[in-house]
Amino acid sequence: MISDLPIMLVAYPEIFLLAAGCAVLVIDLFLSEDARWVSYALSLASLVMCAVLTAGVTFKTGGQHATTFNGMFVLDPMATALKMFTYLAVTACLVYSRTYLADRGLYRGEYFVLVLFATLGMMVMISANHFLTLYLGLELMSLCLYALVALNRDSAVSTEAAMKYFVLGALASGLLLYGMSMIYGATGTLQIDEMASRVVRLLQADPPAKSAVLAFGLVFIVSGLAFKVGVVPFHMWIPDVYHGAPSSVTLFVSTGPKLAAFAMAIRLLVNALQPLAGETLQFPSGWQDMLVILSVLSMAIGNLAAIAQSNIKRMLAYSTISHMGFMLLGLLSGIVGGNALSAAEAWSSAMFYAVVYVLMSLGAFGMVLLLSRAGFEAERIDDFRGLNARSPWFAFVMLLLMFSLAGIPPTVGFYAKLAVLQAVLGAGKVWLAVVAVLFALVGAFYYIRIVKLMYFDEPAETAPVRARPDIGILLSANGLAVLALGILPQPLMQVCLQAIKGFQ
Amino acid sequence: MNSYWLSFSIWVPIVAGLIVLVAGDRNLREAKAIALLGAIIGFAVTVPLVTGFQTGTSAMQFVEKAPWIPRFNVNYHLGVDGISVLFILLNSFITVLVVIAGWEVIKERVAQYMAAFLVMSGLLNGTFAALDAVLFYVFFEATLIPMYLVIGVWGGPNRVYAAVKFFLYTLLGSLLMLLAFLYLYNKSGGSFAVLDYHKLPLPLNAQIALFVAFLMAFAVKVPMWPVHTWLPDAHVEAPTGGSAVLAAILLKLGAYGFIRFSLPILPDASHYLAGLMITLSLVAIAYISLVALAQTDMKKLIAYSSISHMGFVTLGFFIFNAYGMEGGLVQMISHGFVSAALFLCVGVMYDRMHSRAIADYGGVVNTMPKFAALMMLFAMANCGLPATSGFVGEFMVILGAMKFNFWIALLAATTLVFGAAYTLWMYKRVIFGEVGNPHVAGLKDANPRELLILGLLAVAVLWMGVYPAPFTEIMHASVDDLLRHLAVSKL
Repeated sequence: MISDLPIMLVAYPEIFLLAAGCAVLVIDLFLSEDARWVSYALSLASLVMCAVLTAGVTFKTGGQHATTFNGMFVLDPMATALKMFTYLAVTACLVYSRTYLADRGLYRGEYFVLVLFATLGMMVMISANHFLTLYLGLELMSLCLYALVALNRDSAVSTEAAMKYFVLGALASGLLLYGMSMIYGATGTLQIDEMASRVVRLLQADPPAKSAVLAFGLVFIVSGLAFKVGVVPFHMWIPDVYHGAPSSVTLFVSTGPKLAAFAMAIRLLVNALQPLAGETLQFPSGWQDMLVILSVLSMAIGNLAAIAQSNIKRMLAYSTISHMGFMLLGLLSGIVGGNALSAAEAWSSAMFYAVVYVLMSLGAFGMVLLLSRAGFEAERIDDFRGLNARSPWFAFVMLLLMFSLAGIPPTVGFYAKLAVLQAVLGAGKVWLAVVAVLFALVGAFYYIRIVKLMYFDEPAETAPVRARPDIGILLSANGLAVLALGILPQPLMQVCLQAIKGFQ
Repeated sequence: MNSYWLSFSIWVPIVAGLIVLVAGDRNLREAKAIALLGAIIGFAVTVPLVTGFQTGTSAMQFVEKAPWIPRFNVNYHLGVDGISVLFILLNSFITVLVVIAGWEVIKERVAQYMAAFLVMSGLLNGTFAALDAVLFYVFFEATLIPMYLVIGVWGGPNRVYAAVKFFLYTLLGSLLMLLAFLYLYNKSGGSFAVLDYHKLPLPLNAQIALFVAFLMAFAVKVPMWPVHTWLPDAHVEAPTGGSAVLAAILLKLGAYGFIRFSLPILPDASHYLAGLMITLSLVAIAYISLVALAQTDMKKLIAYSSISHMGFVTLGFFIFNAYGMEGGLVQMISHGFVSAALFLCVGVMYDRMHSRAIADYGGVVNTMPKFAALMMLFAMANCGLPATSGFVGEFMVILGAMKFNFWIALLAATTLVFGAAYTLWMYKRVIFGEVGNPHVAGLKDANPRELLILGLLAVAVLWMGVYPAPFTEIMHASVDDLLRHLAVSKL
């Protein structure tokens, strides 16, 4: 047994978080309502510890590609980077949610446990090197999210959203699993890093072998993936879930899982099915062309539908759809005519976009939570009316976040768009870049409408905005990070580039 | 030679603006003092740019270069030539006036108002000084944020519509310009240096596509007919300071963009599409002048007059000779002074009467004689009277056009007639005649603060009109170089 331990080294953070989640579950049983902060503190401490462990393990493996459990589980630079961002995002979620949950009687042990287990699911997805590992992580995350959405069980809207999420999510998982089984049937392996060479062998076989199974498998996998990422036409759940879930859960759903979904896309499409990216002898087009359709539709429907919303959570839900469409642009620009020379740049631009989106989404939903009070949900866009008169500082933070989401410099949202558009043009798809900027223009409209409400209109109420100091400071830091990373985007870009280069 | 004057000219106003923002309305006196001090220091640090400027060369001067985003080979690369240095000076000068102009007039959120103008001033200087495409774009776009707020927060009744229209119009153009930059980045093998693009050979169809993308960005800013419709709205609704900065500086960004990007990077497309550009310019000159004649709102009239005058600038650029080019540049600077002055004049009257309608005035000269005299000067400059700055630019452009084609010159010259018609007619109706109504009878003449602002502008207008040589001398070498560059095909 002892000799096995070093093999598990790579998975220490996951093992720790599993234990920590169980511990919080048990400890919380013995806590009175007044001592709930212990669970909160323990959850935060677990995340910090995970970060320390991840850093330690990465240091131990020298930042190299390290696998364990017979190669089913991998720690590479991308996994390290994405996990670190996930811890940050989840920590921020917990801090932002505290007052909101306490005001609504949802400040309970289940919340922390479900969040921790969902985080564990994300970590497993990020580190998956095997279709089954990936699927296990995905299901662990999804099941926790379904329960989280229904956390406020007396709310009809929440339970309806959870039901919808569960049914559609199960369907998507089914699609994904079906696709995986077909790919397995064709290639005879579930191992992600062996997949590419086997697919190449199939593609080069003469006469062509198993092309129908491969094609169906790819289509099912892309569909399942599109659902989890939340792009059109698999987006129907997003507005309802974002709207129906308690705002603190919406915050959670819109952040960490996006990073995990990005990792899943990279593992499935880039690591495993890269040979099917573009045109091959047997297929006139591959997943890149599928993503073109998904991303154009997402940018179009996401941005156009967002304009018509009067609920800010629904508006941000549609904005998520359009941003994920934009993120796919980076993903689909990697391979040009079978040439993967500038692929790392393109994929890292997608990763940069995902990370930046999560940062902005954290701030935007954090603001929604900040403005909510006991018995009052700041859900309508009009609730932001005249915020500048009530709190100039938080209005400024929201201004930064909105301009960043719209992609206006000097905020970091601009560089995210710049990097992705550069990748698209580098791949020679000029028309796609033109379509993307036109929809970015449409998107700018509803973001500056929020700025308009905050700055140009008179407030409907004059109560000053009160925030716990920790929430206020973290939210301010979040807003300023959007500006600071906009002035100096290089470090984050470099992290993403190194992360993607790590597995090439 | 390593100097940081350009960085100072960008960051001094921005930092001052942020300090003012932090000081806030609670410490109003200090905030205002810091704003004025920041604007004056911001102007002072641009003076060495002119005094230390070497006029004999077209090379970039006061160059600063440091890596900024190595991932995309983006540099913090600043530098000025004889063209851009004048705009930095103009911008910093106007900022001082705008801060003084808003001193007592702005009553709400004063600190945010001052901060917006200071930050915008720094960003505009950055736009004129940037030699890296991404840096240029960042400054170019970032100016949208303060301007959007200035129009929307302190503007007139229809300010929200105007602010959103302004924002979306300009954003559409600049996003296409961003694509053009990215295309050039890929073509040039990974460089965002604007000066590298000047040497980059490009096929004609690529040049035309890029020209159209740049045209969308710059034509909206200039603004050229038919994408000018945001300007009258924005001008009318913006507060006085906002109108002055819009007319004096922001519009120049578009014309400056033609000089820095379209013409040198795409000489063949510029020649190929010169007919289109000249036509659009002539439409702006002739048709928009007629539109101006029909206005009943003073600010709208000046806004249309701006479009017409900027038509002169673009006409000057696309007839490809030294007279036209230098005339266009002189016209830009002169228009910066004159339009800012006219908007400030309207502001002086508006603060007293709360009306911009020409019909509400009449006989102002009886109650405000000093003000009337100064406004007379600016009105004359707007019609291009000799010995004012307006004359020099228009005369040079017409001279250049005459060399190019007689009929174009003839059409362009109609502006002298129409310009005089709409400006002087407005002046007559507002200033001369019997005192129109009891409100006018109760007007007080301009106070020392207003006289100071208008006086400074009057000096500038007369100086440029009587002795324009210092201005043309500075730009001469750069214009020659640009024309040489334009004559060489890049195909």
